[in-house]
Amino acid sequence: MEEIIKLAPIAGAAGVQEPLLVLRPRRGWQRLGLKDLWQYRELLYFLCWRDIKVRYKQTALGVAWAILQPLMTMVLFSLFFGKLAKMPSDGIPYPLFVLTALVPWMFFSNGITQSAGSLVENASLLKKVYFPRLAVPIASIIAGCVDFLCSFVLLIGMMLFYGIVPSASVVWLPFFLALACIASLGVGLWLSALNVQFRDVRYVIPFLTQLWLFATPIAYPSSLLSEPLRTVYGLNPMVGVVEGFRWALLGTETSPGPMLLVSAVASVLVLLTGAFYFRRMEVTFSDRV
Amino acid sequence: MADLAVRVENLWKQYRVGRQPERYSTLRDTMANMFRAPFRKLQGLVPGQGSPDAAGDDRFWAVKDVSFDIRRGEVVGIIGRNGAGKSTLLKILSRITEPTRGQVSLYGRVGSLLEVGTGFHPELTGRENIQLNAAILGMKREELTAKFDEIVAFAEVEKFIDTPVKHYSSGMYLRLAFAVAAHLEPEILIVDEVLAVGDAAFQKKCLGKMEGVAKEGRTVLFVSHNMQAVTRLCERVILLDGGGVVGDGPAGQLVTRYLSSGDGNTKMRAWDDPVRAPGSDVVRLCAVRTRTEDGQPTDLVDIRKPLGVEIEYDVLKPGHIFHPCFSVHNSEGVHLFSAQDTDGTWRRRARPTGRYVSTGWIPGDLLNEGAMFVGVAVWTLNPEHCHFYERDAVAFHVVDSYDEESARGGWPFSVPGAIRPFCKWETQSEHGTVVVPDDLPDDVPQAQCKG
Repeated sequence: MEEIIKLAPIAGAAGVQEPLLVLRPRRGWQRLGLKDLWQYRELLYFLCWRDIKVRYKQTALGVAWAILQPLMTMVLFSLFFGKLAKMPSDGIPYPLFVLTALVPWMFFSNGITQSAGSLVENASLLKKVYFPRLAVPIASIIAGCVDFLCSFVLLIGMMLFYGIVPSASVVWLPFFLALACIASLGVGLWLSALNVQFRDVRYVIPFLTQLWLFATPIAYPSSLLSEPLRTVYGLNPMVGVVEGFRWALLGTETSPGPMLLVSAVASVLVLLTGAFYFRRMEVTFSDRV
Repeated sequence: MADLAVRVENLWKQYRVGRQPERYSTLRDTMANMFRAPFRKLQGLVPGQGSPDAAGDDRFWAVKDVSFDIRRGEVVGIIGRNGAGKSTLLKILSRITEPTRGQVSLYGRVGSLLEVGTGFHPELTGRENIQLNAAILGMKREELTAKFDEIVAFAEVEKFIDTPVKHYSSGMYLRLAFAVAAHLEPEILIVDEVLAVGDAAFQKKCLGKMEGVAKEGRTVLFVSHNMQAVTRLCERVILLDGGGVVGDGPAGQLVTRYLSSGDGNTKMRAWDDPVRAPGSDVVRLCAVRTRTEDGQPTDLVDIRKPLGVEIEYDVLKPGHIFHPCFSVHNSEGVHLFSAQDTDGTWRRRARPTGRYVSTGWIPGDLLNEGAMFVGVAVWTLNPEHCHFYERDAVAFHVVDSYDEESARGGWPFSVPGAIRPFCKWETQSEHGTVVVPDDLPDDVPQAQCKG
């Protein structure tokens, strides 16, 4: 053994070999490793594809759930908040008003739930093979886009039913969808990394999403609030997304404005902090899941 | 010195005792720790603490100061008993976990195979699982397209390729899982104990494929408890014990050392947990031992001495006739012989339930020197049924002396051949017939010399 160690530096000098990869202990904050993630894009694609395929393979109604969930919630909300509580709805028929918010909301809440559990669910993978760990929660968010598309079809149907045609502001819709992705990925990264360390997270999530649902203007319009407060309200990223959807599709009079900007900044902040926290905790994942 | 493939320098890895893998913590624990942490840090200031040797009481080093170089094209076996740090080392090399200290330099694309069927999903079809598994193992899509048919053919699942794998038999599942992995083409391949699964035919197929990989000139790191496989595949072996390297050299030499040092504990194997013991609901294996004539368990036998193979088993249901038997393979994997029960006591009699110990004696002056692997089985005839066949249940090592009393005849070099019977020799010359030596053991003439 000793002989080999002594010989080695000579060989290194003569062969002029550069290692492809050096593994050494990492501590503290890490770079995001997006390049590595890009090289593994094929795996990301297959993880999404698997999540989508498996999700509905054993359910009797299959993809229909993606439509049933927002539909049933819409009916319930219309009954209790629209009919009984007589909630204002910016002059839009209440069911449509709620559904337009529920579609991005469900994408968000399902996204954070799925991604929060994703690392623990894929424990066997994390323990047996290397790949950029970020791929796991990202895949579960992207897989949620299929559900979003299905429920979006329902939304279009409802708009046709009420005879509402969106104005030119509809071109902004992809922007709001992107914002929803950023927000749910950000929160999902935080929760998934925390979930590896503290399994308490699993029990917190249903409570968190419920609370968040009512902290977001879904059953009510954000126009209930007056201006300085309304902008502060935008700190909840989903406020900007939901009001943005309504503005782009239904043409509600109040354009989101400064509130939207606050939401956008908040989302990006959550994503960045989430990603760095995730990378910091990543080294312990395979030993802990 | 040829090109480097892997260089490991002063590698250490620490785990918490009883937490390997570390148990997840709850918020409550962490909060409690936050209050204790400042006091711990104070303790850390006491000299002596914090150095690798004086690690805290609840921590231990799974890998301790391991260093070695592997050159391109080398096939290296990593052996050692359970807990020696083999798997932790492979996990670090394949980037699943990080070292606590030290570093590893990799001079090529690494593909690791620590488990067959990683990421397989029962709901997906064979085809879908191949695609998913290939992506997980880092195979590019073009690469997979080119090899897809080959993979399916290797796995022998052509007909069921579009059936969800939950309907597969365990054999089909394993074949499919291994097939994908076997077609990986990284520059450095890391394999952990994947040959421990599946039936004998499957293992043989896998071993054959691994040999192919090794012959292609790729660098392979191979962890196994199967010493036959290690000696067949690897030219070099690194022997680990207690987290550190205790030997590094030619495979045959180190496998011998591992087996003869008793490290491998190959002289006896017992199955304490009846659920995991080999067997059926009729008969179940309890233990297998190799022992000397005076009853001492041993895994080291003098070439001239007989060795007993003791098979201990429980008969769980009465009314069956059993045939215990064992087989001996050498380190090249050559099946030397099988021995059937020659004791007539129970040959045609149904046995009552209870514990039995059958011992078969391997005669002295039969085997050549080296490592031997014993497989044991219990059969019933009518209908023909194998209740268990435990391959490599125990292993022993045959040693020959140089004292001119053995079949070696004082020959100082290696004596090739699968067996080494003691052949009686005589030499005729003009000086008359002389028979030497005249103090031959009585049982020797049984071993006839054909040459």
